[in-house]
Amino acid sequence: MEKLKALALKFKSLIGLFFLCIVISIITPRFLNINNLLNVLTQVSVNAVIAIGMSFVILTGGIDLSVGSILAVTGALAASLISKQNSLFLAILLSLIVGALIGAFNGLLVSKGKIQPFIVTLAGMTIFRGVTYVYTNGTPISGLSKDFTFIGNARVLGIPFPVIITFIVFLIAWYLINETRFGRYVYALGGNEDSARLSGINTDSIKTMVYVISGITAAIGGIIVTSRIGSASPNAGSGYELDAIAAVVLGGTSLAGGEGSIAGTIIGAMIIGVLNNGLNLMNVSPFYQSIVKGLVILLAVLIDKKNKK
Amino acid sequence: MQDKTPILEMVNISKSFPGVKALDKVSLRAFPGEVMGLLGENGAGKSTLMKILSGVYKKDEGIIKIDGKEVEINGIKDAKRLGISIIHQELSLLPNLTIYENLFLGNEIVKGFKLNKKDMIQKSQEFLKKFNFNKSPKTLTRDLTVGEMQMVEIIKAISKNAKIVIMDEPTTALTEVETERLFTIINQLKQQNIAIIYISHRMEEIFRICDRITVLRDGTFVGEEDIKNVTKDKLISMMVGRKLEEQFPYVEVEKGKTILEVRNLSWKKIKDVSFNLKEGEILGIAGLMGSGRTEVAKLIFGEYKKEKGEILVEGKKVNINSPKDAIKNGIAYLSEDRKKEGLVLKLSVLENMMIANLKAYENKFKRLNKKKQLSDCKDYIKKLSIKTSSPYQIIKNLSGGNQQKVIIARWLLNSPKVLIIDEPTRGIDVGAKKEIYDILNQLKKQGKGIIMISSEMEEILGISDRIIVMHEGRITGEISRKEANQELIMKYAVGLTD
Ligand SMILES: Nc1ncnc2c1ncn2[C@@H]1O[C@H](COP(=O)(O)OP(=O)(O)OP(=O)(O)O)[C@@H](O)[C@H]1O
Ligand SMILES: [Mg+2]
Repeated sequence: MEKLKALALKFKSLIGLFFLCIVISIITPRFLNINNLLNVLTQVSVNAVIAIGMSFVILTGGIDLSVGSILAVTGALAASLISKQNSLFLAILLSLIVGALIGAFNGLLVSKGKIQPFIVTLAGMTIFRGVTYVYTNGTPISGLSKDFTFIGNARVLGIPFPVIITFIVFLIAWYLINETRFGRYVYALGGNEDSARLSGINTDSIKTMVYVISGITAAIGGIIVTSRIGSASPNAGSGYELDAIAAVVLGGTSLAGGEGSIAGTIIGAMIIGVLNNGLNLMNVSPFYQSIVKGLVILLAVLIDKKNKK
Repeated sequence: MQDKTPILEMVNISKSFPGVKALDKVSLRAFPGEVMGLLGENGAGKSTLMKILSGVYKKDEGIIKIDGKEVEINGIKDAKRLGISIIHQELSLLPNLTIYENLFLGNEIVKGFKLNKKDMIQKSQEFLKKFNFNKSPKTLTRDLTVGEMQMVEIIKAISKNAKIVIMDEPTTALTEVETERLFTIINQLKQQNIAIIYISHRMEEIFRICDRITVLRDGTFVGEEDIKNVTKDKLISMMVGRKLEEQFPYVEVEKGKTILEVRNLSWKKIKDVSFNLKEGEILGIAGLMGSGRTEVAKLIFGEYKKEKGEILVEGKKVNINSPKDAIKNGIAYLSEDRKKEGLVLKLSVLENMMIANLKAYENKFKRLNKKKQLSDCKDYIKKLSIKTSSPYQIIKNLSGGNQQKVIIARWLLNSPKVLIIDEPTRGIDVGAKKEIYDILNQLKKQGKGIIMISSEMEEILGISDRIIVMHEGRITGEISRKEANQELIMKYAVGLTD
């Protein structure tokens, strides 16, 4: 019984997701349909990718509010490069580099500048949103090549391409977190920064790195969103930071840092996606959807707290 | 004394955690106006028993009686209502509030909706006066020393009409003067007929302050005795279940070449500290609390950036700007503050042990070799006899002494050339203390250089090869093992030079 309980606790997010799926498929039979499910996965992918990067940041005890704006900047950059140069490779590479650089900017301000992550990335959020407006002159960039729109819309062996990208990002992140020194350092840093530093860990560089990772995943999100819609809008991705944080928290990661997992984050993102999809299928108005989503987050965290006592 | 009636009786208390039976039918009594010492090795279950009494944990079995009546303690609130009050080792005061605000936190005196500050300040003043504590109630708590904070904590406990006061290793962070003051307060409490339960690993303290003692071993009850009927040896054998030979084992080792040299180290109040350390040598650094010993250690380790001076390892000048650099140069530092600067409480024994040495476990593709980690971890659990239910146990759940051993293992894994160990046996029981001295001696035989900072006179005298004494940031004396004695060390420690 004890063991069963421990097992249930370990997989609580997964069990939550499972029950959610059952409830929704009972209410609306349209849910359990292969096309719908693939659709859900596609919709989840952008949030999942961003949330993976966010997990690294939150595990160190930080937060990254700038991901939505990074998504917009890098999306716009990719779109303009595609429409002007039409070099797919260059567009993707430069977007990722810019995402990483913005992440490094945030990370250095947090680690070397010793400013609170919330403040740094809140400022970053408005700065890079502004940069996007300046860069795009406030109008969407469209007319993108087929090569590029492939990324967001094609299917490989029946699986939507964004889902494949998410899966690859997940594998890399999982490896980093669980199998490498860097991953252990992330947990140690989130658990006790003084101990980590006195154990010879270069805490500043780990701190910077997690924001770089978050910047890169936000850029990947930017590329997917832009190619899916076929144009880059200057207000793309606004509010995405909150969905990403929600996914991380729903996945059982503590905002205090030091505790949580990447797999949990994916499940957290799925819970949000399934919930959105289910509510849509049930024709619930978006106004109510937002309320339901908020309540689900509170409920999940409450259950988590109760069990930790 | 025997015919007194106990105010508290805990009878046949049992408590299990997943994988460990922490307490097995343990009993404890406390008497009004007396100090009951609660003793036992690390992990014996002392803190667990006290957490049950103060409502932090729930007991699995057993009964608790107060004034002869059975009571249920289901939470901290119940314990408070029954007059049980615990002085935590981690202080629970709010640093940004004043003394009087802390004293009345949760019990504020109000006039309608308005705080009655005048009355609170006046009442606080009375309390503080009663304990000869000469600070204004309006002082911010963060401006107090650790000892003063503890004083406030005790006053807070008593101001809430506590009948039973629990002190879990209260003196570990106190200076000598502060410890004396604590003892005065304890005597005052005794006069007010308050019962005190006192946990400590320091023998001298126990014989000075306790009226009776209760000993636990491995979660079981060994016995309760009048302090007059026990000797130090008897106490130790009750605690460890066997006789302990030579408590401070010293080994003679042929010293090698100079391994570490520190020249004119200066930083803030640290002035021109120079010394050297040889292979196979334990260099003790003595001094009063605040004399700058830890600062010197942290300067060598690169945690603080020195303003002046140089450090030579094996005769070569090295550039140390961070702990990482120090480790690269073969220097390890064990902090005196385990919780704050050593442990990552949320992580497991294994991860805490490995964290400073992960590089050694990297395989192809930077992948960590988990099997090797596990087997090395198990090795050290055995070698240092660390009591833990598994390598994956969260370190928070280990007793203090076992946590310390995990941190020692962390640095041994690094195979350093120079080990700086700051208060190596703080909060550690007699048996484990000896084990730690044995480990240090072993390292000495392997030709490592060890710097041991310690405030325990017996320890410094017992196992150092050479002792330097610090006073206000300077070295005031250097003493060889042969000529060392307590008086000489104290003389240098208070700043007298010949
Ligand atoms: N929350 C917990 N979960 C699991 N095991 C625990 C927990 N708390 C304590 N233990 C275990 O119970 C035993 C008793 O621990 P306790 O902290 O009471 O020892 P102690 O006598 O206070 O030791 P020390 O002198 O080192 O402070 C230890 O084996 C410890 O590992
Ligand atoms: Mg204890």
